[in-house]
Amino acid sequence: MSVVTLTINGQDVSARDDATVLQAAREAGIHIPVLCYLEGLSAVGACRLCLVEVAGVNRLLPACTTRVQEGMEVHTDTPRLQTYRRHIIELLFAERNHVCAVCVANGNCELQSLAIEVGMDHVRYDYVFPSLGMDLTHERFGLDHNRCILCTRCVRACDEIEGAHTLDVLGRGAKARIVTDLNMPWGESPTCTSCGKCAMACPTGAIFKQGSTVAEMVHHPEKLAFLKTARERREWRV
Amino acid sequence: MEKIKLATVWLGGCSGCHMSFLDLDEWLFDLAAAVEVVYSPIADLKHFPERVDVTLIEGAVANEEHLELVHTIRARSRLVVSFGDCAVTGNVTAMRNVIGNSAEAVLDRAYRELPTHNPRIPDEAGIVPPLLERVLPVHAVIPVDVFLPGCPPPAPRIRAVLQALIEGKTPEMIGREMLKFG
Ligand code: SF4
Ligand code: SF4
Ligand code: SF4
Ligand code: FES
Repeated sequence: MSVVTLTINGQDVSARDDATVLQAAREAGIHIPVLCYLEGLSAVGACRLCLVEVAGVNRLLPACTTRVQEGMEVHTDTPRLQTYRRHIIELLFAERNHVCAVCVANGNCELQSLAIEVGMDHVRYDYVFPSLGMDLTHERFGLDHNRCILCTRCVRACDEIEGAHTLDVLGRGAKARIVTDLNMPWGESPTCTSCGKCAMACPTGAIFKQGSTVAEMVHHPEKLAFLKTARERREWRV
Repeated sequence: MEKIKLATVWLGGCSGCHMSFLDLDEWLFDLAAAVEVVYSPIADLKHFPERVDVTLIEGAVANEEHLELVHTIRARSRLVVSFGDCAVTGNVTAMRNVIGNSAEAVLDRAYRELPTHNPRIPDEAGIVPPLLERVLPVHAVIPVDVFLPGCPPPAPRIRAVLQALIEGKTPEMIGREMLKFG
């Protein structure tokens, strides 16, 4: 391991050479908005919210999957990036049915908070209004496809932290859906351990505890990194 | 100084935005000193007047009457404000859009499939305005100048917007206090 020096928004930053731009920025107290990234899970670069500009590279790079390099010049908050981020958030709202007023995650939702952060006062795209269902067959949790942004945080939590790999993505593009096992009702899943890690990881109102009503669902994404660190350091015998 | 002509309109919404407006309590006296309310569901006026300065639109565009009215509003108002989530996003009013791209399917669902007694679509012509095939946010129909989200928008948020408009400024819609949906 060696240390490299780079600049982020003109500020000198040093980081381990295996760190990502996102990790280096966080270490230095520089905020980069993320949605599909969650500490403790692998990074997949799916949502593109963390895109940054790097001098000398003519395309934008996701901070969550880009390694730091010596002498790198990174900009995280240019007007161009601000414009793209707002478009990304607007597209997410237009793609499925987000009705914050009646959502379990109202007030505790990362998507909703990001809409505020990027200054979204309305959505300029036409809403798609897809007809999507909910899976309420599991005894403890529910999955509402209307609120899902396909970030795959639940899939990775279930696979990487719980080791169950109950959840996965079926289909492509606008038709993609989160499914349980071989696309069966969640309540009939033979692999789900009911651990609730997917519910901790989900940034929106898509996965929730059964019985939660409007604004009652509070996720605990930070618990996953805590679990992972505790395991790696063998803090528990389990 | 001539008073600002203010109109407020109630389209496809629950009237919660207007209730929140009334929650401005004693500030309504200050407002009354600065504006003249020329049209509103809480004032008995039949026709949307000419030359309005500011119009707050609560609710989404859900039926033919709404559609006609928003065009009149746009033609006669200097500033149009989408007032609350239903106006800004379609919100709860637009939840029926997932049933399909047709008013018929929605009416079927509500009046034929779900009722246990006397399933029948009410068809008294000329009384209830026909539904549009799809519920639309206001800006999908006419240009909107200010978006005031919230379900309902909290009274302090409404006040901040009206205060700015009275002073001839553009309201600063920034941060959780001003922008949170829901
Ligand atoms: S998931 Fe978040 S953004 Fe979507 S409706 Fe629920 S609170 Fe709003
Ligand atoms: S409860 Fe646990 S095992 Fe079941 S789907 Fe969620 S993360 Fe996977
Ligand atoms: S259910 Fe939640 S965590 Fe899973 S992909 Fe959808 S939004 Fe992401
Ligand atoms: S957070 Fe980097 S692409 Fe989603």
